[in-house]
Amino acid sequence: MNTLVCIAQVPDTESRIKIAADGRHIDEAGLKFIVSPYDEFALEEAIRLKEKSGGDVTVVTFGPERAAQALRECLARGATKAVHVKADNAVDADSLGVAKVLAAAIKTVPHDIIFLGKQGVGVDNALVGPMLAELLGYPQVNVVTHLEVGDGKLTAHREIEGAEEIIEASLPAVVTAQKGLNEPRYASLKGIMAAKKITIDTKSVADLGLTDDDVFNSRVVFTTLELPAEKSGGRKVDGGDAAAAAREIIKYITEEAKAL
Amino acid sequence: MAGVLVFTESKDGKLKKVSREALSIGRKLAEAAGGDLTAFTNDRGVADDAGKYGVKQLFVSSAGDYSTEPYTAAVAEAIKQSGASIVLFGGTSNGRDLAPRVAARLNVGVASDVDQLEFADGKLRARRPVYSGKVFARVEVSGNPAIATTRPNAFTAEEGAVVNPQVTDLTADTASKSKVLETKVPEAGEMSIAEADIIVSGGRGLKEAQNFSYIKDLAHAIGGAVGASRATVDAGWIDHQHQVGQTGRVVSPNLYIAAGISGAIQHLAGMSSSKHIVAINKDPEAPIFRVADLGIVGDLFQILPALTEEVKKARAH
Repeated sequence: MNTLVCIAQVPDTESRIKIAADGRHIDEAGLKFIVSPYDEFALEEAIRLKEKSGGDVTVVTFGPERAAQALRECLARGATKAVHVKADNAVDADSLGVAKVLAAAIKTVPHDIIFLGKQGVGVDNALVGPMLAELLGYPQVNVVTHLEVGDGKLTAHREIEGAEEIIEASLPAVVTAQKGLNEPRYASLKGIMAAKKITIDTKSVADLGLTDDDVFNSRVVFTTLELPAEKSGGRKVDGGDAAAAAREIIKYITEEAKAL
Repeated sequence: MAGVLVFTESKDGKLKKVSREALSIGRKLAEAAGGDLTAFTNDRGVADDAGKYGVKQLFVSSAGDYSTEPYTAAVAEAIKQSGASIVLFGGTSNGRDLAPRVAARLNVGVASDVDQLEFADGKLRARRPVYSGKVFARVEVSGNPAIATTRPNAFTAEEGAVVNPQVTDLTADTASKSKVLETKVPEAGEMSIAEADIIVSGGRGLKEAQNFSYIKDLAHAIGGAVGASRATVDAGWIDHQHQVGQTGRVVSPNLYIAAGISGAIQHLAGMSSSKHIVAINKDPEAPIFRVADLGIVGDLFQILPALTEEVKKARAH
């Protein structure tokens, strides 16, 4: 059982986001970058499959120089190989561009299941997984909270509004991970040392036989970024008298929110 | 100029709210683009309902219940037949599963989870929250068709001049490498936070798992969904489906009531676009009060039961 895990490196979720001088990118100065949180569930599931039935776990990312650090982190946790498609302007690719890069990068890597997080935390598109599945002609199961892998097929629980679908798909398949799929491990010291001996396979977009137009095509262009209007905060009321506070809230939700 | 196609979903013969929202903004875009509004459905019974939103042509798929691959083929066929230059999907689990797959097949992009849309200068322009609402991005979608998924509750469902849609049956490839074996509904009557108009959320201030009953009682009385902060989900007090915020759901209901939630940046990002916000917290300095329209500094264990009683009284009238 060989698995691939496509990861994205994103700003730490606790970061305050500032807009760069060009008005269309975020200011990366001083930002801490992490492996996108949903990708951690994807990686953990792949490592558990390897521990159960052997094979390789190859992590793949498309990103600038700094993204190599995210791959190292994944290797330290138990991935066995890493591919870095490096481009300084990777953030300017749209989701279909990213999916094309990943599809090309993994073509030569043996795999039975491709894992991704259900979305990259940050730009929050939640597009790359299904796009990758379509480009490869694979089935997809999105937003997965439970997975069982059998002979040539998998069974996955997919989270939908207020319910859960149990889906069977043939392999190879694309699975996107939701929180709750598992409890990701931390890297061990032994893992960190072992990871240092692994060479990351670094390539360019051109090495994959793709043109800039495939990847950086202006299908979806960020024209500007803006910060939401700072809320001034509304009325603040002392709730020492619970009954009076309850009546105050009722008045608000009846008259202003018109929710009753 | 070609028109707009909306992928709709229905339940018990009625269009889902998010589909009606997408049809409403779709009609405006079609007017601006000088084309017709068309729609995709798997249930011909929604024709009258769709007509109220101005759907001129309704494509009815025989692909049955939702499954990714047959639906990709069917929607791609509807796009081809309609000649639509803009395609909208309501941002449900299925809409979000399907839109990127269709887009990749047609070699176009998608603007995800948009909360504003306009057609101007021959282009589809959208606004979408990024970094869980810490920043808004203005995007231009230039593919043909230009595809977007709409954020639930961001657009208003408004009926228009009633038309009698022309119904067109679709046939498309139904081959699939996956199938739905079963759909499990965990707790009867439990409402999802994704599309809820009212959300009542609890945080660490509840002190322990069993005290989520205070939140559930109010949610039940008011007809809302139960939300939760990340801390309570991580502590195992409640299932992740309820989590609001950066690693949960970004929500924008009409009314959001936060009790015992201090308001970590990830949580605020996930709920501050709610239209009306009420916060109850014993700490007057809690960051949640910065986004609340009405803040109550007090003891949730006293206030929530009193509020639940008041709600029951108000609803009994």
